[in-house]
Amino acid sequence: MKISWFRRQQYVQVKLEQKGEVGALWVKCAGCGDLVFRERIRENHGICPRCGAYFFLTAQERISLLVDESSFQDVSKPIVAADPLGFVDRRSYVGRLKEAQEKTGLRNETVIGRARLGGCPVILAVTDFRFIGGSMGSVMGEQLDHGMGMAARELRPFILVTSTGGARMQEGIFSLMQMVKTAAARRDLERLGVPFVSVMTYPTTGGVLASIASLGDITIAEKGALIGFAGRRVIEQTTGERLPPEFQTAEFAFEHGMVDRVVERRKLREELIHILEFLPVRQSQ
Amino acid sequence: MRIDELIAELQEKLAELKRLTRDSGLDASPQIAELAEEVARLSLGRGAWEQVQLARHPSRPTTMDYLGLMMDDFYELHGDRLGSDDGAIVAGLAKFAGRTVVVVGHQKGKNLVENRIRRSGMAGPGGYRKAARIMGLGERYGFPIIALIDTPGAYPGVKAEEHNIGGAIADSIYTMLRLRTPIVAAVIGEGGSGGALGIGVGDRLLMMENAYYSVISPEGCAAILWGDRSRAREAAAALRLTAHDLLDLGVIDEVVQEPTGGAHTDPQEAARSLGEALRRHMDELGGMVPGELPGLRRSKFRGMGICEGAMPVMHEQGGE
Repeated sequence: MKISWFRRQQYVQVKLEQKGEVGALWVKCAGCGDLVFRERIRENHGICPRCGAYFFLTAQERISLLVDESSFQDVSKPIVAADPLGFVDRRSYVGRLKEAQEKTGLRNETVIGRARLGGCPVILAVTDFRFIGGSMGSVMGEQLDHGMGMAARELRPFILVTSTGGARMQEGIFSLMQMVKTAAARRDLERLGVPFVSVMTYPTTGGVLASIASLGDITIAEKGALIGFAGRRVIEQTTGERLPPEFQTAEFAFEHGMVDRVVERRKLREELIHILEFLPVRQSQ
Repeated sequence: MRIDELIAELQEKLAELKRLTRDSGLDASPQIAELAEEVARLSLGRGAWEQVQLARHPSRPTTMDYLGLMMDDFYELHGDRLGSDDGAIVAGLAKFAGRTVVVVGHQKGKNLVENRIRRSGMAGPGGYRKAARIMGLGERYGFPIIALIDTPGAYPGVKAEEHNIGGAIADSIYTMLRLRTPIVAAVIGEGGSGGALGIGVGDRLLMMENAYYSVISPEGCAAILWGDRSRAREAAAALRLTAHDLLDLGVIDEVVQEPTGGAHTDPQEAARSLGEALRRHMDELGGMVPGELPGLRRSKFRGMGICEGAMPVMHEQGGE
């Protein structure tokens, strides 16, 4: 019984820039090694039809997996990342941002929208891992603040789906401060009795885990998600500890009481609809 | 210091090459350019990196040192009531400037034996839960809270992860956002990432002159973004993590002066300077209606961040 819990869910990433005859229509699944028709994976919500491995979902794909058909209305703020520190490592932050925008077609990593789930009006926030690791800088902080503000005003439950490596280092101290900013915005939900459901997907780590993602009324982990504060390598190097293979998986988080449930991707929508049935929904408009 | 010698040496060579070019007419300009570039690279962020070294200085005063020097009395309290007492965070009641306050702070050990308990100030989940518990105690009696930050970061370990270090930090941040009593936080040494922030949510944030505060350690940043830990000097400069940087960026409220050469050269003077600043900010906050503080604190943090295309909105501040 326990063994099956700890079986690691394989995540594979579809390389968007993949070119050529094979890459265009077919992708290789890192789970089973088979070539799978790309469209087939897309239709299947990023799940390999052969072995069940999960591919990364873009924010758009995640949204269409969850919401009632054509109920999503994008209400994200029209903002983009600034470069408050003038940050340059081997490459400039500005260059990285431009590349991420071109690669994803997104302005930034966070999408906020009004939507319905099983008819229930909600505010949904989703982060896109392809955009600089879905990391949290000033833009994500502002978008989540905006989304929670809207949820509080409209008395709609707030659902956050994270796929993020943590803080956006290139924004230095400002990215750290977004942890407090998002927690402060979350307080408004509590004061007004507006429910907040946190959904952790692959990966939910670092500064986002240590702030808003951990502050849900109810916390769900997608099966196979990576959930942890410190990176594996940092832990190994600092402590010399050997890490168990299931370390920092959703199943590990569940075993240790960090999340309420672990849910398969295929069942995530039903699960959220079910949860919402228990919670107060008092939409004001 | 080794790097400074290296820079001095290179600069000497550079001068010599220039002299040679001028005197002998030989063209050494490619070498000169190369050397100049190397000097520039090494000098970059010299201030920032030096400050990181000072913040980590082994004889730099710790939280307990400051408490001993600043407080009339300190009564340490222990335990998170959930199964642990983390020595990397100390917390308790203190008498400061004639009144009772609550103090929480990271505690580094002075040697290997002490660091078996203190873990160099790297707190685990129990530390943040202890801090949140004792800050809650302070709130019940209206005691102002002083938080002293000095950590390389939260403890990265298997047990810390098993006991939900991420959630413990999140909860502590959330607790500090709703406490009704004044909170003054000060970075006295290392302000390492989420581990620092876990007790760092204040109405006021001060930094000692040679402290640093950063989203990630310079070494960690260098490893990830440069693919090379030894580029920490450049990372330190790029991160803008010094007290004066953070004052310029509008994230902290005051830089607390240290004695020339750093706090370790004269701990009494450093403690006097820190104590004076803490007292001044506490007095200012003491004049405010306690019910207003949590709303003001949240507004302050909700205004943090710089984006393009739209300015962060101002939020009307709620009460409790």
